[in-house]
Amino acid sequence: MIALSFIAAAATGRMDELTKAAFDGAQTGVTVCFGLISVLVFWMGLMRIGEDAGLLAKLAVLLGPAVRRLFPDVPKDHPAIGYIMSNMSANLLGLGNAATPMGIRAMQELQKLNPDPKTATPAMCTLLAINTSSITLVPTTLIAIRMSFGSANPAEIVGTTIAATAIATGAALLADRWCRNRAMRPPRHRDPTSGRFRTTRPARSGRPADETLPPAAGGEGG
Amino acid sequence: MYALVTTISAWMIPAMIAFIPLYAAWRKVPVYESFVEGAKDGFGTAVGLIPHLVGMMTAISMFRASGAMDLLVAAVRPLFERLGVPGEVVPLGLLRPITGAGSLAYTTDLIKTHGPDSLIGRIASTIQGSTDTTLYVLTVYFGAVGIRRTRYALKVGLFSDLVGFAAAVAVCLLVFG
Repeated sequence: MIALSFIAAAATGRMDELTKAAFDGAQTGVTVCFGLISVLVFWMGLMRIGEDAGLLAKLAVLLGPAVRRLFPDVPKDHPAIGYIMSNMSANLLGLGNAATPMGIRAMQELQKLNPDPKTATPAMCTLLAINTSSITLVPTTLIAIRMSFGSANPAEIVGTTIAATAIATGAALLADRWCRNRAMRPPRHRDPTSGRFRTTRPARSGRPADETLPPAAGGEGG
Repeated sequence: MYALVTTISAWMIPAMIAFIPLYAAWRKVPVYESFVEGAKDGFGTAVGLIPHLVGMMTAISMFRASGAMDLLVAAVRPLFERLGVPGEVVPLGLLRPITGAGSLAYTTDLIKTHGPDSLIGRIASTIQGSTDTTLYVLTVYFGAVGIRRTRYALKVGLFSDLVGFAAAVAVCLLVFG
């Protein structure tokens, strides 16, 4: 992305703007993080209370079955399920600043189940798919903006938004499932000399290396 | 439906803030100690995110300022226009996955220029509301746990943005067009 920007700036003679943009961008990054500090500190504190009180486990048991179908490789009573559940409900209600800390906690719990801490697990990818397409019932910010510009019916976009978001989320889940199956299904050969499983890439694909399974994921290589 | 959901949204957070500590106190959990423990983690997580977000935001900011973004828009715009997408909303479709603040500003501008009840205003509102900023979500979620290899997550996110964009335009054309 930066290389492309450099080439484009060279072509259009915007080098000065590019320098300024680099530092503006860095500043935005820090500003966003500082904004996140209060939200994360508060919600993670509150959620720890909930976790210690056993609320999260209750939530996981209560609403688990639906979530478990989306995350088949997460153990039944794992706290991750509870966090995923609260992340999804917060998204649904449009509580953006509550959804992010819950999503991050869910990621941290999923990371505990991860055999290779630098590589994303399928469950993490599914959680991301749900969050990038964000199922929202009421886009409050948009309604407020439409209201401020004198819309006759600011909430009329609620229906179209729900339809579009449902389609996007459905597409995300299908694509995620498809990619997951593709990533999970490379043919395995038992190496006769060491007795270990070897994972080879399917011949038809020219995928970049970061998409292959990590060697010995799940520990079957011993 | 709309009123019900907004009411639930408005009540939800205060109710949680009140209910969780009360329930914990009833279960004899040291409420304050638990809060401080968790909050400490929250601070660490937020600070740990700074390098990830600075990197991502710098790249995005440069991408937009260099004119690369405009070139990309100019390249794909005729294609989308031929499919019946109003040209004005095409940049929004490209901005949406990479910058939340940028696309919100763009949406606001479209609503201001064309009016909130115009077709373009409605499509823009729907696009803005129906998906999230994929690159930001990816950076924050994976950055928080130190994942480097994100496998197919980016592809899935961008694909769903494209589907969401197409769905937003199609649904609006059907309903309002």
